[in-house]
Amino acid sequence: MLAFIGRRILVAIPTIVLISIFVFSLQQLLPGDPILAMAGEERDPETIAFLREKYGFNDPLPVQYVKWVTGVVQGDLGISLRSNQPVSELLLQKLPVTIQLAIMAMIFAIAIGVPMGIVSAVKKGTVLDYAANLIALSGLSIPNFWLGIMLILLVSVKWGLLPASGYVPPGEDLWLSIKTMLMPAFVLGTALAATLMRHTRSAMLGVLKSDYVRTARAKGLKERRVILKHAFRNALVPIVTLMALLFGELIAGAVLTEQIFTIPGFGKLVVDAVFNRDYAVVQGIVLCTAVGFIIMNLVADAAYFALNPRLRKQ
Amino acid sequence: MAHVAEPAGAEALDAKSESRVWKKFRSHRSAMLGGVIVLFFVLLAILAPILPIPDPTATDWGAVRKAPSLAHPMGTDEIGRDVMSRLIWGARASLMAGVLSVAIALGIGVPLGIAAGYFGGWTDSVISRCTEALLAAPFLILAIALAAFLGPSLGNAMIAIGLSATPIFIRLTRGQVISVAAEDYVESANAIGLPTMKILSRYIFPNVLPPVLVQATLTVATAIIAEASLSFLGLGQQPPAPSWGSMLNTAKNFLNQAPWMALWPGIAIFLVVLGFNLLGDGLRDALDPRET
Repeated sequence: MLAFIGRRILVAIPTIVLISIFVFSLQQLLPGDPILAMAGEERDPETIAFLREKYGFNDPLPVQYVKWVTGVVQGDLGISLRSNQPVSELLLQKLPVTIQLAIMAMIFAIAIGVPMGIVSAVKKGTVLDYAANLIALSGLSIPNFWLGIMLILLVSVKWGLLPASGYVPPGEDLWLSIKTMLMPAFVLGTALAATLMRHTRSAMLGVLKSDYVRTARAKGLKERRVILKHAFRNALVPIVTLMALLFGELIAGAVLTEQIFTIPGFGKLVVDAVFNRDYAVVQGIVLCTAVGFIIMNLVADAAYFALNPRLRKQ
Repeated sequence: MAHVAEPAGAEALDAKSESRVWKKFRSHRSAMLGGVIVLFFVLLAILAPILPIPDPTATDWGAVRKAPSLAHPMGTDEIGRDVMSRLIWGARASLMAGVLSVAIALGIGVPLGIAAGYFGGWTDSVISRCTEALLAAPFLILAIALAAFLGPSLGNAMIAIGLSATPIFIRLTRGQVISVAAEDYVESANAIGLPTMKILSRYIFPNVLPPVLVQATLTVATAIIAEASLSFLGLGQQPPAPSWGSMLNTAKNFLNQAPWMALWPGIAIFLVVLGFNLLGDGLRDALDPRET
């Protein structure tokens, strides 16, 4: 197991290096001189010279990259031009908000997607199956930011049931915190539920055809027990792996969801950074999400390994 | 894994199987529905200039945020522009963004994927590692970052979405090429000394095409949502030109007073995306040689 994980980590290193090169070279895409963009409208020559020195733009590119990467490895992602705060500090501040949103969204996704997938696999070819597939396909096709807007319109504006926006830290008022996060989490969760449903369905269909399910049925076990205990447990392996891989979708979805519900998280940070031309923050976020994704991939591999006894024995 | 000759793609070349695919596709009801939806929006986009609708950018201060009526079937927006007209013109931006960004992804991704899969070795290692690195950044985050650094405009949004979608096609094409290259007919083509370019164009490319086509259709759906998302964030189509995403961006500020502004663009995005998804699923079923 450890050797396996170790190998995977070794493979991940070149990927991370490439990502860092890519993120670093993003600023080369800026039209014209990035320093001019940073210096603002006045283009004061003194400011420009100062910025050039400060950001090391006088060095050749590879040297700039090495300097930047050395900083990154030590947790220095640069300084936000907007707030003058270190980027890493900003990220750590916003991260818990997005994590709360992500966890609650995941709960919604699992609660909706997994049972729907099981039912549609067990009742394959029936009206229930078609309905579940139709719902999943609609879930994949609805732009989730629009779903958010419509929910605000109905639930907040029309019925006045839930707050339309804002964020309350759970430490301050747990109930209010969950209440304000309910709608955004639902919006983000439905998008994932569709993917989860489709994968659960196909995993269950694969397992239901297997010999041990036939054996379990032949033994005369109750159908409910066969499905939940024998089939679903085995179908769980690919599902759990998928959950880790949904991390990317979760973060990307959070960007829009946070924008609509004005939640001060990771996604709001990146959008604000884009508009404030706060490039260090954008770079920091791309780098962090990419590395986060690779870590989630490792977790998925490990989970696959841990959940699958046949692999463990090798 | 033993590869029992399953001449999936080799077969795709002859006319008989083409008609089989078409037959299967035509009998696929949901795929046909998807096709009809897509066709409808394509026609709307093409015919926009000659349809009897008001100018999508013409403001009318006498008709600000008017609810749907005979004169304005979908109502008017915050500066009196006709929502239906903007919706129809917005179809152009959405479809163009969807199709062109996928064209960019195909144009870069397929050749790189073929190179990686066919030549192997160093070429493959370099291309594959870069692909993995790009795949690690979430699609939308990557597109947002690229759009941010390139500057906000519809063209740049398309480039950003196209580049972000490229790794998917590299990986798919590469995998497909590797499995096709192992087939007997490619080996025999090699054995009789056909030039590489000929093998690639005559045997590899046509066999790689079907799954790439399916993925392309599904990616158009993703790209349309991505364009709407970028425009919604203000990184795509710039005002006053209409796009569904930017219409929603404005609409969210007038939810109380003019909910219709938010309703229609969302329904339009949903329908087009659903259309492409149905079409893609149907194509996949029709092109899958295992299913009869």
